Amino acid sequence: MTAPLITRRDLLKKSLVGVGLVVVASVTPGGYRILKAEDASKEPSDACSLTLWVRVTPDNVVTVVLNKSEMGQGVYTSLPMIVADELEADWKQVRFEPAPAGDPYKDPLMGMQLTGGSTSVRHMFEPLRKAGAAAREMLRIAAAQTWGVPEGECEVYQGAVRHVKSGRSLSYGQLCEKASKLPIPQHPPLKKEGQFRFIGTPLPRLDVVEKVNGSAVFGIDIYLPAMAYAAIARPPAYGAKPTAYDQEAAGKVAGVFKVTPIDRGIAVCANTLESARKGKDALRVKWGPGFQPDMENETLEKTFNEHLGKPGVTARSQGNIAKALSEAARKVQATYFLPYLAHTTMEPMDCTAHVQKDRCDVGVPTQSQTGVLMTAQRVTGLKPEQIHVHTTYLGGGFGRRSEVDMVEEALQTSKATGKPIKVIWTREEDIQNDFYRPGNCCRIEGAINEKGDLTAWSHKVVAPSIFARVFPQRVKDGVDPAAVEGIANMAYEIPNLQVEYVRMDTPIPVGFWRSVGSSHNAFTVESFMDELALAAGKDPVEFRLNLLKNHPRIRRVVEFAADKAGWEKSLKKGDGRGFAYHFAFGSYVAQVAEVSIQEKEGAIKVHRVVCAVDCGPVLNPAIITAQIRGAIIMGLSAALRERVEFAKGRVASTNFDNYELLRMNEIPEIEVHIVPSKEEMGGIGEPGLPPIAPAVANAVFKASGIRVRRLPMQPMVLEALKKK
Amino acid sequence: MISLEINGKKYEVDVSPDVPLLWVIREHLKLTGTKFGCGIGMCGACTVHINGEAQRSCQFAVGDAQGKKITTIEGIPVDHPVKRAWIEEQVPQCGYCQPGQIMQAVALLGEDPNPSDEKIMDAMSGNLCRCGTYPYIKQAIKKAAKEVKKS
Repeated sequence: MTAPLITRRDLLKKSLVGVGLVVVASVTPGGYRILKAEDASKEPSDACSLTLWVRVTPDNVVTVVLNKSEMGQGVYTSLPMIVADELEADWKQVRFEPAPAGDPYKDPLMGMQLTGGSTSVRHMFEPLRKAGAAAREMLRIAAAQTWGVPEGECEVYQGAVRHVKSGRSLSYGQLCEKASKLPIPQHPPLKKEGQFRFIGTPLPRLDVVEKVNGSAVFGIDIYLPAMAYAAIARPPAYGAKPTAYDQEAAGKVAGVFKVTPIDRGIAVCANTLESARKGKDALRVKWGPGFQPDMENETLEKTFNEHLGKPGVTARSQGNIAKALSEAARKVQATYFLPYLAHTTMEPMDCTAHVQKDRCDVGVPTQSQTGVLMTAQRVTGLKPEQIHVHTTYLGGGFGRRSEVDMVEEALQTSKATGKPIKVIWTREEDIQNDFYRPGNCCRIEGAINEKGDLTAWSHKVVAPSIFARVFPQRVKDGVDPAAVEGIANMAYEIPNLQVEYVRMDTPIPVGFWRSVGSSHNAFTVESFMDELALAAGKDPVEFRLNLLKNHPRIRRVVEFAADKAGWEKSLKKGDGRGFAYHFAFGSYVAQVAEVSIQEKEGAIKVHRVVCAVDCGPVLNPAIITAQIRGAIIMGLSAALRERVEFAKGRVASTNFDNYELLRMNEIPEIEVHIVPSKEEMGGIGEPGLPPIAPAVANAVFKASGIRVRRLPMQPMVLEALKKK
Repeated sequence: MISLEINGKKYEVDVSPDVPLLWVIREHLKLTGTKFGCGIGMCGACTVHINGEAQRSCQFAVGDAQGKKITTIEGIPVDHPVKRAWIEEQVPQCGYCQPGQIMQAVALLGEDPNPSDEKIMDAMSGNLCRCGTYPYIKQAIKKAAKEVKKS
């Protein structure tokens, strides 16, 4: 590896040689406990899970070992901030290290070492604060003992302990050895609100400098001595098997030393990347037809529509929907259709593995260290303690890197060759072998009474199931939780409400894509809400507020966004303003979008987005703002033009020339307003994404009268304009 | 043998002249700041300077780079106004596309130290960022432009 990557064994060794103070926050069935490393290492691993290591060393450095992956969301800054604040460290002395993979580093609430679901700060806040506070108290007591003064006369500030009366001061580095010999306080006092120095402030990110100078190590940047490369010929269509290939021709390419079939295709191994790729081309594989050789965009859409007619399972039911619909003064019905989406992380999938007789190393930008470890055990037959997972920076994750397909193939090729192997996917492989955001089709029916109140909402969702493959135990009574999230739990007070789910199985693998089910469900719910407001003759914001009488936290975020956006103010002729609100991953987000449509080309131009977010207590407002802006841009990119194309039983999209992402010339001005809140803490990586598609769709309607019921909306709007 | 001059240093590499410059820089010479994103010149992650001009190194055969001055992200001084502005504006999220963005921005300011918003859009729209750091990139370029003008 170009950067020294630590293993769990190194970490234990480093912690046990008596250098400095190491504090471990441990999670037991009885709650959090704080231990020193030497005690922790004696505990049986099933009784105690070590979720965090804080190391204070004589060089006056505070190192926080992190069990969450950095994929842009800022956890390598926000998590150290929590520790450093309670520890009263000087921010300049704080460093971080990625944790190795293993049971001790599992997320205490997930039971897995996994970064996802916008949970890192929420799940790690309490144990990290306690660990920092425990270390701080030990350092303070160590100073008091050194000076022979009462503890109460010693104060901590910016990485040092001061004796107020005498003016003496010792740095944490000077105190750490002595502190490490003290008993660990189990209930260290935590700071009170108003005492925080870092929490709540826009501290600069710890990872920015190396990301700017080019030295940050991503998965693609791993090098091992004597490392070779593998290029993999993959089935073009789902389920296609190779019928013939020219192994001899591939073997003749200079540098190629092995051609071996693996689970996902045929691997060509070579001394250089270019030789491996040349060898792969020389294979000239002939493939069989696959599962559904006639599958294409149109057949898929037809299948979705057919499933709309099938009976579903009930995800939520209240009141009497049939009666309410039959008694409606006005009824509205609409069908929505959303495409499959690709993740397209800027760093295509990659993994480096070295399988040896009694040891295995995997260097990988992963969101799921637990998944990597389990895969390595399965492929190599080695014990967990013989497997070393090195987490690098992730060149984007968005859910894609919670999968371990790239890990399996690197392990299999290394095992087959005995060499360290790096696999780097091409962009075409990356787009065509994704676990996609599922396509989605909904039929919604709503009823309005004579007063213009919403009395009934019936929502039927057709979608492939992500959970059936990933966490089947979470599919309850046939309901995929992702397929109905944001609908089955919507807060709108509707007396008669029914949510139904119809599972649709296709050969296309589906997975977690930033904000998951909310990425489609916010669109259908919030678009239809505007359709109903129109039918009721009410203002869309007022219409929603009327349905949120018992939800003051939501009312506040809705009103905040409307107020900041100047909802009541008039717009230029031809411009439209749209609103949407959504709750996801513990946070409440409302957005207002302003758009216009260029008359000649029909291009949708989004000028301005105003976003209000209530995520509870704020850790780092600069990171929150950056995450919300980024999520809005990713959501807008999908809403305007992203769609995975299918033809001949396979993915037809290949690269950025036909799977187009939003570029800098199309981004709107984005204002982010964080609503001051003392309520429960929510997530921040994903919640900014869901409302943007419906906010823009609702604005497009205001600007043009065109109701967007399918995404991506740019081609849909163009077509509608032609018909006008 | 191919002879290259990168960041003022001479390198000899035993590769076929048709190999893209990107892979020689990255996998043979281990200057890993330059990234691979698409291989078809549509994302800008692999942007380097060849004789001072921003080029997509995935589209540039290594044989054609002989005798030319190549600059990568590692060759831009740490106190360059663009790098400083990128840190001050806290541009990166995942950070993967940023070396390419910075190389594109340095070339832009080299050519026009006071670019209009429109010119910034034109110059930077070839560089993709999936994290959506575009507003920060725009701010950083404006900040760097002020510094460049001052010096």
